[in-house]
Amino acid sequence: MSTTNQNSLLRFTTAGSVDDGKSTLIGRLLYDSRSIFQDQLEAVENSSRKKGLENADLSLLTDGLRAEREQGITIDVAYRYFATPRRKFIIADTPGHLQYTRNMVTGASTADLAIILIDARHGLVEQTHRHSFIASLLGIKHLVVCVNKMDLVDFNEDQYQTITSAFRNFSSRLDIPDIKFIPISALFGDNVVEASANMPWYEGGTLLSHLEEVHVGSDRNLQDCRFPIQYVIRPQTDEARDFRGYAGRIASGVFKVGDEMVALPSGMQSRVKEIFVGADAVECAFPPQSVTITMENDIDLSRGDMLVRENNQPRSLQEIDAQLCWMGDERLNLGVRYVVRHGTTEVKSMIREVLYKVDINTLHRNEDDKQIGMNDIARVRLRTASPLLADDYRRNRTTGSFILIDPGTNLTVAAGFIS
Amino acid sequence: MTQDYQLDHLDELEAESIFVLREVAAQFERPAILFSGGKDSIVVTHLATKAFAPARIPMPLVHIDTGHNFPETIEFRDGLAERLGVQLVVGSVQATIDAGRVREETGAQASRNRLQTTTLLDTVEDGKYDACVGGARRDEEKARAKERFFSHRDDFGQWDPKHQRPELWNLFNGNHMPGEHFRVFPLNNWTELDIWNYITREQIALPSLYFAHDRKCVVRDGVILAHSEHLPHREGETPETMRVRFRTLGDLTITGAIASDADTLEKITAEVAATRITERGGRVDDKRSETSMEDRKKEGYF
Repeated sequence: MSTTNQNSLLRFTTAGSVDDGKSTLIGRLLYDSRSIFQDQLEAVENSSRKKGLENADLSLLTDGLRAEREQGITIDVAYRYFATPRRKFIIADTPGHLQYTRNMVTGASTADLAIILIDARHGLVEQTHRHSFIASLLGIKHLVVCVNKMDLVDFNEDQYQTITSAFRNFSSRLDIPDIKFIPISALFGDNVVEASANMPWYEGGTLLSHLEEVHVGSDRNLQDCRFPIQYVIRPQTDEARDFRGYAGRIASGVFKVGDEMVALPSGMQSRVKEIFVGADAVECAFPPQSVTITMENDIDLSRGDMLVRENNQPRSLQEIDAQLCWMGDERLNLGVRYVVRHGTTEVKSMIREVLYKVDINTLHRNEDDKQIGMNDIARVRLRTASPLLADDYRRNRTTGSFILIDPGTNLTVAAGFIS
Repeated sequence: MTQDYQLDHLDELEAESIFVLREVAAQFERPAILFSGGKDSIVVTHLATKAFAPARIPMPLVHIDTGHNFPETIEFRDGLAERLGVQLVVGSVQATIDAGRVREETGAQASRNRLQTTTLLDTVEDGKYDACVGGARRDEEKARAKERFFSHRDDFGQWDPKHQRPELWNLFNGNHMPGEHFRVFPLNNWTELDIWNYITREQIALPSLYFAHDRKCVVRDGVILAHSEHLPHREGETPETMRVRFRTLGDLTITGAIASDADTLEKITAEVAATRITERGGRVDDKRSETSMEDRKKEGYF
C-alpha cells in the first residue's frame, strides 16, 4: 500500500453467476495487490482448514454475513477497498443469484465500470445477458468481460475466442461504448495482477493494469449546470447574521463566481457571489463537489429547487416515461401512491400505465404480461403531484434517476430511469 | 484540484461524506452524532463543521460513557464540544447498571463493550433521536462491508442485514415510522489509511493516546493492554512500562495498544501504510467468534 493521496478513485462492480468465481476473483485482487492483512488471511486459512480445504479459500474474504458463510453464497452487496500506488478502488461486490438481481442494480448505480465474469466452460448464460443489460441500463460506460476458469479449459484460445465473439454479437444491442475482454484464472491468478505464462497467445494487459489505467474522467457531464439545493445554511450568529448559503452537491456542469444563474422553479435570476468548500472560498465548482453557494440577490431558493443556466435548463416534467427496476417484495400496484424521491425532492406519484415488461435475457418487450414483481424491468408512465426538474438518465445520472418508496412501509421498492 | 476538474480521492470522499451529513440534517427532525472520542468520530465531527460552515453543527454530540474510558478521551471530548459550541449528551453505562437494566459481566473476559448497546438505545429513546451518525467504516470488519449509508433500525433498535433497503445512486431513503431510527455512516467508503491521510492533510487534533507515549501495560494473550484500575490482574501479570500508541480507542479493558515510536501524524500514517494487521486485530471484543460483530450489530451496537 502507498501513502500517496494524489490519485483518483475508481468505483467498479462485479457480477457473475453463483459459481463463476467472483468472490475468488476479488479475493485474488486483494491478495495479489497486498491489500489483505495478516490477521484476515489467518482467519481465512483457519476457516478453510475447518472446511477441509487444502488451500486458503479466498472467497471467504468477501462473504461476510453468517448466512453467507453457512450457505457459501453472497446475498447482499458488499463493498471492498484496495489501493495501488496509482489508484484507489471501491468494489461493489454484488450477488449473482437470480433472486438478488436488485442488488446488482444497487451496486452498479454508483459504479464507473463493471466486470462481468463468464465461466470458460459454459460460455454465455442467462445471467451474462442479465448483468450486461443491467450495466447498460445503469449507464455504465466501461465493461470488462473476464473469461474465468481458463485453467479448466487448458488455457485454450479457441474456447476464449468463441466466447468473446458470442459476447460481441450479443452486446451490439447494448449501449456500452467501451468493452474489454481478458482471459483469466482467478483461482491461480493468471492475468489478474500478474501476467499469465499459460496464455502466450493473449497480448493484452492484466485486469489490474486495465483498472489502473482506464480513463473515466471524461464520463462526467461538465456541460449542463445543475445544482440541486440540498440544505439552506443560515447561521444567525453575530458574525454571520446575513449569511444565506445554498448547500448541495454539483450534479453536473462547472459553476464559477460571477456566473448568471436561474433559480428553478421560480425563474428568478441572480449571479453567483461566492462558492465555499467547507469554510474555504473557491473560484469554481464541478461534480461531484459538495459546496455552499451564495447569490448576489436575495432569491427564493429552498431544498428541492435547482440553480441552472438560462440557456440550458432541465425539463420540467409531470408526466414521466421511465424504466423501472422493481425491488419490492410486493408487486407493483397501480392503486398505490408511491413516493418519488428524485434528487433532493420527494413527491407523491401515480403509476398510470405499465407499457411493457422487458425480458432481460432476450431484451424482448412483452406487452401482454404487465404483472411487475421483484427483479422485473418495465417501462411505465407515471404522473407526479408536482413537476420534477429532470434530464434524460443517459445524459445525467443524478437528475435522470429516482427511487419509488412505498408510503405504507417506507421501503424502497423501485429504481427509476427517466428517458 | 487542477484545471481538468478532477478531484483526488480524499476530496471525493470528503464531498460524499458532506453530502451524507447534509442529507441527515435535511431529512431528520432530531439527528445526533455518536461521538466515541476515537479518530473516526473526530473526523465525522470535522466533516460536519465543513458541511454546515459558517453555521454551527446543527446536531448534538452523543457519547456513551462506559466508565472505562481513557481519561484522555473524556478530556478531549469536553474540549472539542466547547470549542465547536455543540451540545454534548452523555449516556452512562454505570447508570444503566445501577438501574438494574443490565448486569455487569464477570469472569476473565469481562468487559462493558456489549453493555453499551442498552445504554445507547436508552439514550436514543430519551433524546428521541431519529438519526444517529456514526464513524464506522465498511473496511473495518466483514459484517460492516454490507452497511448502507442510511441504515434502518426497528423500534427495538435492531439491524436486519438480510432485509436492508436497497440504496441507489445518492438517493438516501430516511423515511421511517415513529419509534424507528436510522444509523448513518458518512465514512462508509473510507479506509483506515484514508482517515490518517485526511487527518494529516487537514491537521485535525486528536487525543494524545494515538501518539507514541510511555505507559504501564500488561501483555495478555498477545495483546498489549493499558494498566488501570478497571483491568483486574491475572496471576503472573506484572505491568511494565512500554512505548506504545493506540490504533483505535475503545474501553481501557479491551483496546490493544501497539509498540510504536510514531509520535507525529506523518510517522503514524507511514506506520499504518506499512502495517500488516488490521486495526481491529487488537480488539478482544471482535475475537469472541467469527461473526461477533454481526451479532452485536443486529442487537443495535454501533
